[in-house]
Amino acid sequence: MRDVGILSFAQSNARSETRNEVEILLPVVKEALVQSGLARTEIDFTCSGSSDFLQGQPFAFVMALDGVGAWPPIKESHVEMDGAWALYEAWVKIQTGEVSSALIYSFGKTSPGDLAETLALQLDPYCVTQLWPDADSVAGIQARLYLDRSGRSERDLAVVAARSRRDAVDNPHAVAKGDFDVEKLLAEPYRTSPLRDHDCPTNSDGATVMVIAAADVARVLSKRPVWIRGIDHRIDPPALGVRDLTRAPSAELAARKAGVGKGRFDFAELDAPYTHQELILRDGLGLGDDVRINPSGGSLCTRTLFSCGLNRIGDAFQRIARGDGDRAVAHATQGHCLQQNLVCVLEGE
Amino acid sequence: MAHLCGVIGIGQTKYDAKRIDVSMPGLVREAALRALEDAELTFADIDAVVIGKAPDTFEGVMLPENYLADALGAVGKPLLRVHTAGSVGGSTANVAMSLIHAGIHDRVLTIGWEKQSESNAMWGLTISPPFSVAVVAGAGGYFAPLIRAYIARSGAPEDTGIRTALKDRLNALKNPYAHLQIPDIDFDKIANSPMLWDPIRYLESCPSSDGACAMVLAREDLAERAPAPPAWVHATAMRSEPNQFSGRDAVNPQAGRDAAADLYKQGRITNPRAEIDCAEIYVPFSWFEAMWMENLGFAEEGAGWKMVYEGATALDGDMPINMSGGVLSSNPIGASGMIRYAEAALQVRGQAGEHQVDGARKTMGHAYGGGSQYFSMCLFGKDKP
Repeated sequence: MRDVGILSFAQSNARSETRNEVEILLPVVKEALVQSGLARTEIDFTCSGSSDFLQGQPFAFVMALDGVGAWPPIKESHVEMDGAWALYEAWVKIQTGEVSSALIYSFGKTSPGDLAETLALQLDPYCVTQLWPDADSVAGIQARLYLDRSGRSERDLAVVAARSRRDAVDNPHAVAKGDFDVEKLLAEPYRTSPLRDHDCPTNSDGATVMVIAAADVARVLSKRPVWIRGIDHRIDPPALGVRDLTRAPSAELAARKAGVGKGRFDFAELDAPYTHQELILRDGLGLGDDVRINPSGGSLCTRTLFSCGLNRIGDAFQRIARGDGDRAVAHATQGHCLQQNLVCVLEGE
Repeated sequence: MAHLCGVIGIGQTKYDAKRIDVSMPGLVREAALRALEDAELTFADIDAVVIGKAPDTFEGVMLPENYLADALGAVGKPLLRVHTAGSVGGSTANVAMSLIHAGIHDRVLTIGWEKQSESNAMWGLTISPPFSVAVVAGAGGYFAPLIRAYIARSGAPEDTGIRTALKDRLNALKNPYAHLQIPDIDFDKIANSPMLWDPIRYLESCPSSDGACAMVLAREDLAERAPAPPAWVHATAMRSEPNQFSGRDAVNPQAGRDAAADLYKQGRITNPRAEIDCAEIYVPFSWFEAMWMENLGFAEEGAGWKMVYEGATALDGDMPINMSGGVLSSNPIGASGMIRYAEAALQVRGQAGEHQVDGARKTMGHAYGGGSQYFSMCLFGKDKP
């Protein structure tokens, strides 16, 4: 395998946007390119991730091409997935030897629609979507099973929320942040028992851009290259009654394939939009108390759908690049109840 | 490419307006299981699945592949979902091929599908976007002006499109999977069919189809041991360009010309018309065959229509195009590009049945999408590159 390094990462300021997707994306592309040291025309391959259903129109990604500037024509592809999987496709493309650098972008604007209703469209269309279960209720089923099975408590969940929001204070891109008392959080009413508001993600609109390159390019352009040492993704069955919802077997398998379990990690950025999912992932990936979890505040505090997985990887990259750690696990998820997972291992030079 | 890739299994569903006999999982399984059977393999032999389809609004399911994971035998495996507009069936295969080329996996299942009967493609294509003018005319309304521009530029006779449609519809009669099979098809029937978007008549248009197409790809040594001769991947190419800007040539797009040039360079093709034996090209409206002949370098600019007129693109011509009946005869949108690849691969494997081109050794699959913006192409060979 060719060594691949991350050159740069940029994201829009999280909020409810009045701009359209291209307008959100354009300045972020520029920022990531400037940081990378590569000109637009020096990028060999471009790959993006987004969802038509969030934008409410087909071919949502077509206009986004204007945001990256596709003239003269570019080598380009798109996944209808979180940007983390666009990163995977770009990483594969570099492995073929056909290209040496890639720009990855993703965007999601959820504020204009009814997200709970939209996400119900991801379930079994013949038997489950008809019931219109909202995403928080589906997550609530998983949380209830997990608490009953694991012996963990609602207090453990509130501790995750309080820690995440405290850490998010230092993240200018985070939405839900501040000092919160665990007791006060536990006094709040349920949203979907056993989950309270603080256990559920705070959604945001946004765009994310990353530039990566093969080692020969990365070494020239980067003072401290951050390498993708391993990357893998797997999927679990969709039917909620088929799989053990208290675990994420596909995350465990992807982690093993990506090389988690070998050597120690300074921190992990886990794409856990619900508090109990962080605990499921920590257990599943074997991340002990010595590994700091989600120093960015994570997807719980800022969920930019279809970008937040790539954001976790980007946040981990930035932290290593500035010297706040040498080795990290970064994770992305997709689908209900951690159905599909991508794990990568990042390491500073 | 670091590692060679061979197509060792191909599976297609019967294409039809409404496959009410199968669910979405049933449809994709039909193609996947036929591809596996062709390769004498099972799901257990597959390392990863790469799936593609056009907009999720066509079925009304968001990320349907997550729901299809177990139907595709993908549980515990990597599952990638590609979406590059109409070119998606081609680009999905290209991404799957890159997993073999990169040496990441040994065997990959790739599949393109669409079940248009679950929803309504006309609706799916014409949602009114905020801050933009809705075209509300479907794909035909979008492409008709490009065709008129082509006619004005090239001076092509006005029955060029009818002749193309007749050729593809006759070819479809030789393809058991084709959706539209019209036994009494003739020139007059097409000429007298209703004008939908001038100059595109009803019988010069693609249908809305349900269907899926799957291919099993394998690395070199496994492909050599496959039960049937593999189709070797000689080259793949993809290019994209923006939808609109002043000076963009949407009739003969640069992205298509660049992708073809890249493909021929990788495949060491210097004279495509002489060196490529036949091709499956994405032609959703009859006139696009003549237009793409020029874009792909099979004809000089302005002379693509002559290939149609002289019968060069017929099954017995010197450059047969869309031997299967093409997109004009079957159009499960997300699968249509992959069907082009699969049919091109069948030709070099000598397995195209009644629509086989004798002695085909080098063939091409092609797909395009968006406003003629997205292009994916693949060159197949009977022999290794």
